Amino acid sequence: MLNTFVAVLRRDLLLAWRGRADVLVTLAFFVIVVCLFPFGVGAEPNLLRAIAPGVLWVAALLACLLSLHRLFAQDHVDGTLEQLLLSSEPAVLWVMAKVLAFWLSTGLPVVAVAPVLGLLLDLEQGAYPVLVISLALGTPILALLGAVGAALTLGLRGGGMLLALLVLPLFVPVLIFGAGAVEAELSGTGATAHLLLLGGGLAGALALAPWACAAALRVSTE
Amino acid sequence: MQWESWSAFWNMGGAAFFVWGSYGLTFVLVALELALVFQRRKDTVSRLLRWRKAVGRNGGGGGPGNGSRNESRNGPARAGVESQENETP
Amino acid sequence: MSRPDRGPSILRFAAPQNFYPLAGRLAPWFAGIAAVLTVVGLWLGFFVAPTDATQGEVYRVIFIHVPAAWMSMFVYLVMAFWSAVGLVMNTRLSFLMSQALAPTGAMFCVVALWTGALWGRPTWGAYWVWDARLTSQALLLFLYLGFIALTRTIEDPRRADRAGALIALVGAVNVPVIYFSVQWWNTLHQGASVSLTRAPSMAATMLAGMLVMAFAAWAYTLAVALWRVRPMILERERHAEWVGAVLTREAQRQGGRT
Repeated sequence: MLNTFVAVLRRDLLLAWRGRADVLVTLAFFVIVVCLFPFGVGAEPNLLRAIAPGVLWVAALLACLLSLHRLFAQDHVDGTLEQLLLSSEPAVLWVMAKVLAFWLSTGLPVVAVAPVLGLLLDLEQGAYPVLVISLALGTPILALLGAVGAALTLGLRGGGMLLALLVLPLFVPVLIFGAGAVEAELSGTGATAHLLLLGGGLAGALALAPWACAAALRVSTE
Repeated sequence: MQWESWSAFWNMGGAAFFVWGSYGLTFVLVALELALVFQRRKDTVSRLLRWRKAVGRNGGGGGPGNGSRNESRNGPARAGVESQENETP
Repeated sequence: MSRPDRGPSILRFAAPQNFYPLAGRLAPWFAGIAAVLTVVGLWLGFFVAPTDATQGEVYRVIFIHVPAAWMSMFVYLVMAFWSAVGLVMNTRLSFLMSQALAPTGAMFCVVALWTGALWGRPTWGAYWVWDARLTSQALLLFLYLGFIALTRTIEDPRRADRAGALIALVGAVNVPVIYFSVQWWNTLHQGASVSLTRAPSMAATMLAGMLVMAFAAWAYTLAVALWRVRPMILERERHAEWVGAVLTREAQRQGGRT
């Protein structure tokens, strides 16, 4: 069983490595969205510092959203998905492997780049660890929830907008606790409660989302 | 009775815009929804009638405008459809 | 409810050809109940309930705002329930029922938001404040829109049914999470901390009017959902013989009317 997990994970990571350009586009999108804010609201350092946690989190969320459609699209087109669904392996397992590979190839780079962008917005020193931890806990939830939406909208015309409409309301709690963690740290109340809630959310999403995603893939391919 | 006169009632203690705006939009939306539901019913009936006529004449095949995927019960039900069509003027 | 001469159990109405005429018979009754209750509720609300001590007459929006907000949440739960029934028992009618309910639920969401805004302007001084309740209501509207958009976009009825049911269930699981998170966010940010519930000052007649209006909204929802599901059943079952009979009768009735 673990073999399936590892095999799918390795395959997807290899594919992601071969298609590095896509990952770079996601990162570039993340960077450019953050860079737009000073143009929009003015380069007043105090203002930028105040909105930095929210801006970084919203940009990371949008970057995740924009890459979601890639999660199953290629496998759907070349028939890999149907082969996987027909195989005797439990679908939850390889769905989880695929989501993990997706997060490693898009979520993790976003988490890694976020502190650099924090410098651009003059985020205060003490907030960097919390920013990274909150993104590291939050973006996997986004990937798991988004995978359900991506599975449901597989192969639909206008699927991208539909996917956004489906998953953005579900992303709101993650955004609240993620950006809230950084702000709580800055305000001195401590981010522990937020991070614990994010961790709980991740555990819940890990427990439920792969099943929903597997069911959605069956619905969309039969 | 709360109101001294009808004009006092319509004035709503100066909050006429907010109160009647709320109730107004609600009743407009309800009326709109009911109209759409009945319109849809009429459309569906006439479209399905046309479709059944077409099916009867051509001896099967084709479907109405939307949701035209054939379902699995398609085959066995088809004979019934055609005998039904012959009775329809 | 049970009629011994008409069949062994209520489950026979799970079959579309039995449910179709039943829906047609029940809907006018529910519509009538809704109309009567609306008249009674509005009479209570406008002519019996006293003027509010702090808010004046504006509070009379409550008789439509609160029932609409309740209904919008309740309808989503019912939708999720029918979706679960459909997925577990594999009954096509359950999926149709949840799809027939969605537009009415979305309508109540819009009504709750609109009346909330018009009520907020004189009491809070702004049409929109980022109050936990208003924000959750807006997110609920997006959940409804997502459900409707997804079921309308997918052309294959079987896939549309199941995909819609799944997203309704995912949404239902997330609604408490969303509500909790928004509440949390709201208390931390402490914007306009005005509470809508001033429970102690609420007169009994106000509560009565609100409850009557809530029942009116409930009966209205049932009537509209039953009316809406009927053409959906015809569309899905168009290959069946009984639909032919129904359509012929319908055509004669329309022909006679013109």
